[in-house]
Amino acid sequence: MMRKSLSWLYLGLVFLFLYAPILIMIILSFNGSHNITVWGGFSLQNYENLLHKQKAIESLWNSLFIALLSSLGSCVLGTLASIGLNNLKKSRSLVMNISNLPIINPEIVTGVSLMLIFSFLFSGTIGLGFHTVLLAHIVFNTPYVILNVMPRLRRMDQNLYEAALDLGCRPVRALWQVVMPELFPAILSGFLISFTYSMDDFIISYYTGGTFQTFSVFIYNSLKKGPQDWMLALSGLLFVAVLSILIIMNVHDIRQEKREARNA
Amino acid sequence: MKSKKPLIPYLIWMAIFVVIPLGMIIVNAFTDKSGAFTLENLDRIFFKDPTLRYNFLNSLRVALISTALCLVLAYPIALIMARQKPSTQRLLHFLIMLPMWMNFVLRICSWLLVLQPDGILDVFLRNVGILSPGESNPVYMTETAVILGIVYNYLPFMILPIYTTVAKIPQSLYEAGADLGCSRWKVLCKIVFPLSVPGVISGLTMVFVPAMSSFVISMKLGGFALMGDIIDNYYKGTGGDPHLGAAVSIVLMFFIILSIALMNRFDKDDDVVLA
Repeated sequence: MMRKSLSWLYLGLVFLFLYAPILIMIILSFNGSHNITVWGGFSLQNYENLLHKQKAIESLWNSLFIALLSSLGSCVLGTLASIGLNNLKKSRSLVMNISNLPIINPEIVTGVSLMLIFSFLFSGTIGLGFHTVLLAHIVFNTPYVILNVMPRLRRMDQNLYEAALDLGCRPVRALWQVVMPELFPAILSGFLISFTYSMDDFIISYYTGGTFQTFSVFIYNSLKKGPQDWMLALSGLLFVAVLSILIIMNVHDIRQEKREARNA
Repeated sequence: MKSKKPLIPYLIWMAIFVVIPLGMIIVNAFTDKSGAFTLENLDRIFFKDPTLRYNFLNSLRVALISTALCLVLAYPIALIMARQKPSTQRLLHFLIMLPMWMNFVLRICSWLLVLQPDGILDVFLRNVGILSPGESNPVYMTETAVILGIVYNYLPFMILPIYTTVAKIPQSLYEAGADLGCSRWKVLCKIVFPLSVPGVISGLTMVFVPAMSSFVISMKLGGFALMGDIIDNYYKGTGGDPHLGAAVSIVLMFFIILSIALMNRFDKDDDVVLA
């Protein structure tokens, strides 16, 4: 009994540590006072300020757009790469090691190295901007897709594809109708991981964006003047969004597990 | 599905966006502004520039302290989580993931609100009477604040991999240990810990790498530069020496890859046990 309450006390303290700063931001987002850390009564003033902060909204759209496109791009590139990698024998681990470099390397090194190649490729023409951030995000997201898809591919029954060919499918159609459905859950989780990392990324976007600002970069630039009231509103909105997405995903998982349990 | 062709686009992709960019950093590290070969940059890092060497060792120290703290905090959580019934485990897993999804810069912003002068912590401590009015907490702009920030940001990355390995250990192993006369403590040391080594190693790397190359956290909460800030300063700040920045990046990268390789050596035969 003693041990059990001690464990819960410890868990409680750690969760307090993890959540206190976030909760403080959410509470302060409803603060009506001009001084953001002194409580001045409930108000939605900060949320209104956020709506008028055109550039913040714009940067949020930029981030969502980059996250969506880069995750899609990474899924296509990563799935194709996984299928090819699965057929490699000797050189597979070498290719995997190179592929994992962008996620093993310190982010700042990846960011700087990408800035160098992008400046080399694009300076004098289109320079740095939306396109370079998009490319950079595909670079660091694709390894995560591969790490998700590869294990699923190796567990899959290789004969299914052969069977489809024997039954008269062309290779592309067999891949699309037989292999893809099998890989879909892994690709989806790769997509979600990519999307999250892309939304959370600051350093690499900061190095490859030029004047193009993602949401993290915009907040970072504004943070030079200290925390602003609209940032509080933004974290309130973000928290609700993240919470809902995670709840939807969990409910979906639980349902699926129940279904699988019933079928088994 | 024997074709290797689908890999070709990715091979070209990696050549352009992974291999060549790293090659460019290496070339930059060994050249000067005119493009001539030089060892001057490395010479400065290892011998001539005591500040740079101090910063490197300081980053290493801060990273080691933060990583160790994460491990000490995370291990009991992983153990406690693994003991709960599945639905509770799922809930706890969810609660640990959630803060990771809040934006990195906003997480730092939240600590600024807490720690900055006249921030939440000051207001609280003044109301409780620990600080007199007008006094501020002694944590802001110190190394302690930076370590706090790093631990806050990366703790989930330590908890989750350890939890994953500990949760896989079958209950029967605990019982077998107890039947053979082991105390709970001995079961932990002799059975649970060895089996959780792969998770511990993956947690250590996931915390140590970003902590060592920490950028932003140190400047915002501590007011001093760690390796990430130093590289940033050479490229974007007042340092203005991309070649030296490249050399620092290379040294940092090799140091980190070396430590990952070293850590993975401890992991060799442990994987097999649960498989």
